[in-house]
Amino acid sequence: MATLFQGVGAVTPFSASSSLDSNKLLLPSRKSLSISDSRGSIFVYRSDALNLKAATRLQLSPGHQKRSPSEDLLLHQSRGSFGAFGLYLHCLRIAYPWHELLLFEALREGLEEEMERDPRVCVMGEDVGHYGGSYKVTKGLAEKYGDLRVLDTPIAENSFTGMGIGAAMTGLRPIVEGMNMGFLLLAFNQISNNCGMLHYTSGGQFTIPIVIRGPGGVGRQLGAEHSQRLESYFQSIPGIQMVACSTPYNAKGLMKAAIRSENPVILFEHVLLYNLKERIPDEEYVLSLEEAEMVRPGEHITILTYSRMRYHVMQAAKTLVNKGYDPEVIDIRSLKPFDLYTIGCSVKKTHRVLIVEECMRTGGIGASLTAAITENFHDYLDAPIVCLSSQDVPTPYAGTLEEWTVVQPAQIVSAVEQLCQ
Amino acid sequence: MIFDYIEIFILTFCEQLITKEEGLVLYEDMILGRFFEDMCAQMYYRGKMFGFVHLYNGQEAVSTGFIKFLKKEDYVVSTYRDHVHALSKGVPAREVMSELFGKATGCCRGQGGSMHMFSKQHNLLGGFAFIGEGIPVATGAAFSSKYRREVLKEPGADEVTLAFFGDGTCNNGQFYECLNMAALWKLPIVFVVENNLWAIGMSHLRATSDPQIWKKGPAFGMPGIHVDGMDVLKVREVAKEAIERARRGEGPTLVECETYRFRGHSLADPDELRDPESVSSLAAEKAHYAGRDPITALKKYLFDNKLASEQELKAIDKKIEELLDEAVEFADESPLPPRSQLLENVFADPKGFGIGPDGKYRCEDPKFTQGTAHV
Repeated sequence: MATLFQGVGAVTPFSASSSLDSNKLLLPSRKSLSISDSRGSIFVYRSDALNLKAATRLQLSPGHQKRSPSEDLLLHQSRGSFGAFGLYLHCLRIAYPWHELLLFEALREGLEEEMERDPRVCVMGEDVGHYGGSYKVTKGLAEKYGDLRVLDTPIAENSFTGMGIGAAMTGLRPIVEGMNMGFLLLAFNQISNNCGMLHYTSGGQFTIPIVIRGPGGVGRQLGAEHSQRLESYFQSIPGIQMVACSTPYNAKGLMKAAIRSENPVILFEHVLLYNLKERIPDEEYVLSLEEAEMVRPGEHITILTYSRMRYHVMQAAKTLVNKGYDPEVIDIRSLKPFDLYTIGCSVKKTHRVLIVEECMRTGGIGASLTAAITENFHDYLDAPIVCLSSQDVPTPYAGTLEEWTVVQPAQIVSAVEQLCQ
Repeated sequence: MIFDYIEIFILTFCEQLITKEEGLVLYEDMILGRFFEDMCAQMYYRGKMFGFVHLYNGQEAVSTGFIKFLKKEDYVVSTYRDHVHALSKGVPAREVMSELFGKATGCCRGQGGSMHMFSKQHNLLGGFAFIGEGIPVATGAAFSSKYRREVLKEPGADEVTLAFFGDGTCNNGQFYECLNMAALWKLPIVFVVENNLWAIGMSHLRATSDPQIWKKGPAFGMPGIHVDGMDVLKVREVAKEAIERARRGEGPTLVECETYRFRGHSLADPDELRDPESVSSLAAEKAHYAGRDPITALKKYLFDNKLASEQELKAIDKKIEELLDEAVEFADESPLPPRSQLLENVFADPKGFGIGPDGKYRCEDPKFTQGTAHV
């Protein structure tokens, strides 16, 4: 089933309908997936770093609750492509409706759908209730569900995270919001000792279906303490899962999956990505927490990335394509555990790996990923793995210095050129 | 009825505080706690259990006084000194003993140990190694109870949570943060401070600017009560009031129980600071509290009020000894956890181990159930 798309307008109506027969793509048994199957979610971007227009992505297998990106089919809506193709798209849109929203609205939509579905789902955090959330993710929910279900807590991260864990142990499904991920450093005791470990030390008696979420990452001159990337600190904690969302589509899907999961999940959002706009399907969908997303299939080199760096990579990809390279871009999404299958298939195809991340050089996600790939796929590599990470410095306030701490598209381009020599 | 700013000192026994049946239940529970801890010490020195084991000798009145008032659905959260809280809450002695021995039949399958006693069936939420760590969890359980009553509108959802912790914890941030939140939302929780005057070797008076912990309750808007923790009947009086207050939805209470531990902080603690040979004032302290042994006091009360005879109490002693012998035997004969148990229970949903290089979820790997899979 050849449903890989390289670029604009390479879609036929027939390939669209063939993915309707997708019983074999249901989770959890992934043995039924053939290796040559499509992982066909493609993003083709235009425009610069943050002001993106994503192409339409449609779900063509209605009725399945759990979906993986391999069931998605991307149709690229190029500007001014009317005529037969445009008419086809228009008909598809009527058949499979979508709506456009921003990333923080997608998170809210996912949250609201889950709160509607299960009355045990509740939110706690600073300013989530009356204020609507400092990034407006919980706006309107307190009016709808009441002050107890959307709980405004005092400024006591360690204690209200512990409170969330106690509530999760006794039957609720709380979502704890850290106003900024960095504040959750104060909750490290509870997250490490209780969140990750209680299921194990209680011999499996208590489950902790908690979701801990918040925005992190380097923003626009927010200063060192508000620009932290905690994924590197949390990744060693046994017993938790970590996911990072990067688009409105996967933000909503991952939020829903995290809430429905019985494991404690930490959902990393990014401060600069909250205003991304995208069209997402009207009907309900839940993504898999352990799977990576194929952003752009390619042949020459595998670029692994997550969160905001995805956009820097795609910007660099544009330049690279013009220079004749064919990068394969994968958004790893699942930071703990890694989706070694998707990554492995890619490495076996391209034999070169570049990791682009916003975490620090020392002990970051990239460092772990490098180790994991080397351990598992060493024989398939033609060149050493290159990992582009942020500098090991506290993020400076000055705009120019801040720009130099994170990886920029130009660096990605030159790294690819060097690797592909 | 507002308790605020009133400290209650219960100075004398009232007439006939308990019935004979209640008296015997209290006695049996305290004897179980005392004998169990003594047996733990024996087993530790015989090399049957390892690590940090913290014994509760001398403090039984607090555990018995409070927990015997609870319903089965009520929650108890404790610290590392949790064996007796587990026993009072109803966890069978054999399960606690085999947990201490690290066997697969322990209440936490041998994965928790002395400091992490959990029981879903008996609503014991732990067993925490770091001090203060359990207080937010207890606050969460109380919040859950309030949520079930007010949001889910479950009838009869009035579970009370008891949080036990020590004097050292009362200087920790989590304590104050939770006092604030519990009072703010009127959570059904009772904060029970087991003030045994020592945090390992740090005297409470050397560590705290204002050593009277009960005074910190009114500062947050809840009643603060000081009670003699060596007297199970006085503890019971206070417990009754505090638990019923929480059940009615009137909010939290802070109860400071003045108590004492007869042994060192843990079995690894040589307890030199309180050695009668070294410092005479501390020797006097030890002697003073030894004279206020809660079990001796209850025995005297039962005899004085003709609630029980010598034979009945001796029969209870014998029964508990036999129970404990059986518990040790059970624990000795229980199997050690097999290797396949290593990777179980890390995740409630084992898909959390991720998708391996071969495309299958790692938990589907047959080596997983043998415990030889590498994650």
